[in-house]
Amino acid sequence: MTTLRRWLDHPLCWPALTLLLLLALNAAFNPALLKLQWRDGHLYGGLVDILNRAAPLVLVALGMTLVIATRGIDISVGAVVAISAAIAALMIGGQLVVEDGVPRHVSRFPMPLALAAALGVALLCGLWNGLLVARIGMQPIIATLILMVAGRGVAQLLTNGQIVTVYYAPYFFIGNGFLLGLPFALFIAAAVWLALHLLLSRTALGLFVQAIGINPAAARVAGVRAGLITVCVYAFCGLMAGLAGLLVSSNVKSADGNNAGLLMELDAILAVALGGTLLSGGRFTLAGSVLGALIIQTLTSTIYSIGVPPEVNLVVKAAVVFVVMLLQSADFRRWLRTAVMRPPLQEVAR
Amino acid sequence: MSARLDTPLGLPAAGPLPAQRGAWLSAVQLPLAATVSLFTAMAVFGSLAYDGFFSAQVFLNLLIDNAFLCIVATGMTFVILAGGIDLSVGAVLALSTMVSAVLVEQRGWSPALVIPLVLAMGAGFGAVMGWLIQRFRLQPFIVTLAGMFLARGLCYLLSIDSISITHDVYAGVAQWRLPLWGDEAALSAGALIALAVLLVAWGAARWTEFGRTVYAIGGSEASAVLMGLPVARTVVRVYLLSGLCSALAGVVFTFYMQSGYGLHAMGLELDAIAAVVIGGTLLSGGVGHVAGTLFGVLILGIIQTLIMFDGSLSSWWTRIVIGALLLVFCLLQRVCEAAGRKGQGR
Repeated sequence: MTTLRRWLDHPLCWPALTLLLLLALNAAFNPALLKLQWRDGHLYGGLVDILNRAAPLVLVALGMTLVIATRGIDISVGAVVAISAAIAALMIGGQLVVEDGVPRHVSRFPMPLALAAALGVALLCGLWNGLLVARIGMQPIIATLILMVAGRGVAQLLTNGQIVTVYYAPYFFIGNGFLLGLPFALFIAAAVWLALHLLLSRTALGLFVQAIGINPAAARVAGVRAGLITVCVYAFCGLMAGLAGLLVSSNVKSADGNNAGLLMELDAILAVALGGTLLSGGRFTLAGSVLGALIIQTLTSTIYSIGVPPEVNLVVKAAVVFVVMLLQSADFRRWLRTAVMRPPLQEVAR
Repeated sequence: MSARLDTPLGLPAAGPLPAQRGAWLSAVQLPLAATVSLFTAMAVFGSLAYDGFFSAQVFLNLLIDNAFLCIVATGMTFVILAGGIDLSVGAVLALSTMVSAVLVEQRGWSPALVIPLVLAMGAGFGAVMGWLIQRFRLQPFIVTLAGMFLARGLCYLLSIDSISITHDVYAGVAQWRLPLWGDEAALSAGALIALAVLLVAWGAARWTEFGRTVYAIGGSEASAVLMGLPVARTVVRVYLLSGLCSALAGVVFTFYMQSGYGLHAMGLELDAIAAVVIGGTLLSGGVGHVAGTLFGVLILGIIQTLIMFDGSLSSWWTRIVIGALLLVFCLLQRVCEAAGRKGQGR
């Protein structure tokens, strides 16, 4: 009994249960989903597909988790995804040249340079947000609103409002390639999560981030370099958005300034909230955000696979957000307890 | 309630309970003055640089083409003044156009019935969000975000295609113009509605208990509660008002576009927030002006007009210029805030 209680009280319990429930629902309607196939040295299947498609969202959600943990919010990530994708696609461009009967892919700039440029610009975008928040003292939502509005314009300007197609096969490996039989994007997301997890749990950095979220003034007085850490957190969030932009553009082999990363900031915030991170800052869980991102992708896939029109997607998402945020609210839980007239048997310490 | 506010504290009946007159002046009047001067500068620049820019109709078109944005931004001003935010406005607008189109075109209902129904629906939508925010201490950002998903999703449930509205009433209102200065210039019905909404909102912000409570909540919710102000009721009403304004903007939009579509007014919430902020309202709440919002909307409109008249700039520049303006005004407000704090510490 106590073991069960301990499990149920674990912050990751509910997101994990939600994900399992969704997968079960999915499997019930579409048994083919759970089937895994080994073909051409790769693992194929619905689950692999979900993981692969969720990778960009996982990255963005990880960045967003840290920003939200410091009491902030970054609504510019979608625009940064679009900018990074546009830069990468424009710099690589690429074409298939046939030399002496041998087809060869040629890119406009060397691929490492293009990747570095895209990620660098994304990092600068994050740095800019961080400086506005930490140095100028703007509210995070308005500081990032500026980049959200202008950034999309910049992405559209870069791509001239068109879809820029990439013709350079090596670039496709990032979003479509396989390593050890698994999608390469999966390794990127996992590596980032692992590195971040080790950095935050093995050093005092995680504690500092939490302290800033709980009380910025107290953290500063206690000697935490709140300003520097806040800037770094936003810069990291920008970098993750840039990386997600690379994954997205590589996956669809093009960059669309108008639609790449559209509404991604909302999905990322939703993923973070679903994972159990408090939106008011302070307590955060990286693994929870990964689960949250997987929940969102599974939800989308479920909606498509069980034949519900995709239009319902938004309504379902809205319902999920409402339920999650109500369950996160202490006032609501209290209201619910009195509403169902149940004597408060156990006071859950949350 | 208003008597209790006015007499014992000795504050003027008009005005948003400034704690310190000087601080309020610098924090509100300066951004507002900057907004008005910027608009004037842009108008003068346009008139000098482009032929045919300086005509009454060009300026009236700013109001006609942005009537719905003006209405939405007015509702948003109250939300932001109360320290909240409403991301659902664009989606509620789209839902109103969609419901109007379905009921009028496909069900054959009378517009006289549909329009009040749509307004009530928008108000109800806002009120529920306000209730959730107030009752369960939820973050406005997330609640209205979910509201946005919900409203857009409902649009797509109704239909994923655009439904054109051919009813005589909508066509008639769309073509109707109020002539000003003979045949020189005219205003549309939507623009007149927007002006009326602005006027009512301006009065409500200045002279009603509701308006003063909104400013008080934005200044400090805890203090407003301690003062015995009806905080809970006012918060719900603020979101109700924003929902109502969005629905009304939806009705105006149906006059303007004569169609209902789930993709109408994509990203309008950002334009509305930008207009409010450029108009000098502080996003942290408590400081701002409804009149500033009008100029915020006019500035967004004139940017587009300038880019259109220029012809060589792509429309993406609109977004970049709006972003740059947002930055300038936010920095200006930070400077004013800092000055205000210094003034208070005196």
